[in-house]
Amino acid sequence: MKRIISLTVQDRSGVLNRVTGLLQRRQFNISSISVGPTETEGISKMTLVVEVEDEQRLEQVTKQLNKQIDVLKVSDITDKAIVARELALIKVAGSSQLRSEINGIIDPFRALIIDVSKDSLTIQITGRPDKIDALIDLLRPYGIKEIARTGLTAFLRGHQPQVNELTTYSQIK
Amino acid sequence: MKVEAKLDFQTSTAPKTGADLLIDLLINEGVDTLFGYPGGAVLPIYDAIYRARGNIKHVLFRHEQGSIHAAEGYARITGKPGVVIATSGPGATNLVTGITDAMMDSLPLVIFTGQVARGVIGTDAFQEADVMAITTPITKHNYQVQDISDLPRIVKEAFHIASTGRPGPVLIDIPKDISAGELTQIPEEGAIHLPGYQPTTKPNPLQIKKLADAITKSKKPVILSGAGVLHGKASTELTAFAEKHKIPVVTTLLGLGTFPANNPLSLGMGGMHGTYTANMAIYETDLLINIGARFDDRLTGNLKHFAPNAKVAHIDIDPAEIGKNVPTNIPIVSDSKEALIELINQTAESPDTEGWLETLNKYKEEFPLWYKHDPNGMSPQWLIEAIHKVTNGEAVVTTDVGQHQMWAAQYYNFEKPHRWVTSGGLGTMGFGFPAAIGAQMASPGSTVVAIVGDAGFQMTLQELSVIYEQNLPVKIIIVNNGALGMVRQWQELLHGNRISESILHSQPDFVKLAESYHIRGLKIESQEELITKLPEVFAYDGPVLMDCRVLQQEKVFPMIAPGKGIHEMIGVKPS
Repeated sequence: MKRIISLTVQDRSGVLNRVTGLLQRRQFNISSISVGPTETEGISKMTLVVEVEDEQRLEQVTKQLNKQIDVLKVSDITDKAIVARELALIKVAGSSQLRSEINGIIDPFRALIIDVSKDSLTIQITGRPDKIDALIDLLRPYGIKEIARTGLTAFLRGHQPQVNELTTYSQIK
Repeated sequence: MKVEAKLDFQTSTAPKTGADLLIDLLINEGVDTLFGYPGGAVLPIYDAIYRARGNIKHVLFRHEQGSIHAAEGYARITGKPGVVIATSGPGATNLVTGITDAMMDSLPLVIFTGQVARGVIGTDAFQEADVMAITTPITKHNYQVQDISDLPRIVKEAFHIASTGRPGPVLIDIPKDISAGELTQIPEEGAIHLPGYQPTTKPNPLQIKKLADAITKSKKPVILSGAGVLHGKASTELTAFAEKHKIPVVTTLLGLGTFPANNPLSLGMGGMHGTYTANMAIYETDLLINIGARFDDRLTGNLKHFAPNAKVAHIDIDPAEIGKNVPTNIPIVSDSKEALIELINQTAESPDTEGWLETLNKYKEEFPLWYKHDPNGMSPQWLIEAIHKVTNGEAVVTTDVGQHQMWAAQYYNFEKPHRWVTSGGLGTMGFGFPAAIGAQMASPGSTVVAIVGDAGFQMTLQELSVIYEQNLPVKIIIVNNGALGMVRQWQELLHGNRISESILHSQPDFVKLAESYHIRGLKIESQEELITKLPEVFAYDGPVLMDCRVLQQEKVFPMIAPGKGIHEMIGVKPS
């Protein structure tokens, strides 16, 4: 199962290596990882999407991450009410004649064409990973030349519903 | 956290460097001994050691691996961090085995490695190695000093991290321009700032209550005692707790000595070469109380058959160990001593374990440890028993890994903690002898015996120079069977008797070897010889090497074959 794990870490040299090295050593597969500064100086936030087999392994990975001295907080937010976004840049083959047709496809996804050249268009899309996957599938017939994705970043919504069963809010399967 | 440390510079006219500051910080931490080896990138540190001589002792080993295993031996005996210094590049990489060994066995170490100057890091400079990346997975934490003014904080934090919570090695990489750098002003005192490191040491009272209730309800409880009891210095409490409720105790390999082997409640060591009784107790128990052990695979055997009928309680200071290998019903994150004190204070009724103890005593009578006496040679097990006798069971015993280690574990019945120094988790050949050096320095008044194999000893024997120089009365017992005994045993039993590269066809003359290092050496070929020589050897106030020729074909039994369950021991009785 895929889980979204949010880490608050000290912004120190080597901290990314500590986290990814640990996951590799304990045989956890990283689907995506994104890192950036937070509202507090010296503190960074990492969002990991990891593939784990079961609850026991999930518990292991969070405990092992917690043991790192530079890791301040670890939370599995998969089943919480969260906002989660990823950004992707997709370069599609085609001349400007295709532009209106492509515009028609990307419009419902609220994606934008941000660069046009003689033989390619670059589209920017923001959203949940499944939405990005869906757009990529639709654009594939036009010939995708290049894709760059940031990986998921996420945090808790301002308000958490007071229910026991939150799995319906799960952002990824 | 406020730290009250005074930085006392020696009154000399020489300029103060980062290295002088470092040595002052170490003295303030109470460090009395440095285990090290100099080299280019640590020359400024060695200059500072020279200036500080008289205030701190440095012991020069002959290989960095020797220095770090000695520091491990020192840490195991004292509970204080062993302090190691090595140069950059090869100096640092030669420490890797020892660092990993300390990480696996939770030994507190603070390791200083030199590094090339900051300006050339990353340019593949002479003797440069990426020590931070190499040691990140094998240390509890590591630092590279980027600013002289960070040194007081980093040193303070390193000692704190190494010696608290679950202990472990912490490495500090010091670029040469930092150690050589002149101090323009005396930096502020170090203060610990570790928001991401707050080990839980007090148990949750509700969980303690839950365990106390489970004990009352249990019919066949067993305690499994591991090295966490050593780190928590909780042996007395463990004995009080076990005796209060009449609960039998199994110890792990590293837990030997946490519970007196002669106590009637002691079942001995569990695991691959543990006693039949200990393993059957774990197999049949309905409540397994693990205190400070990590359910290592050499203890558990096949997990499917491990404590199949038991409710499992696990007391550990490291939350990540709980539930890692064995599903746990009652998790208790705590220091072992704190938890045991709380448990003893509980008013819960004791279970009736009389029938259970009777069953276990029958196992003890029917399936004791056994070996065959051969009139034509010396049994290695008998050798260990003879050493136990001559040392009154009070020696500090160190070992490598392998057959001799298992025989020492089985036959040197430890009555007290902090006397058993062995490489458990990593299983490092060449550990025992240098570890004995560190143990002897930590405890000058103790009898220290390095029980080593003939193969393992040859990996670190160059440290014979150190025991001569330091005049350390370490007694080296080579259990010499001319083979990598445990490898040969597995080849015999599990690989169709194909003895592949495990026989040492040529060996040095160990007696002459010892003599060339100015150390007394003896070759012992029979039981009679041993009986005559042993008292004199142990009465001698100086180092002695004994090359003891034992029966070559002897195997360690009983045994749980790999992949088998804890109840499927072979060799439980003489065939």
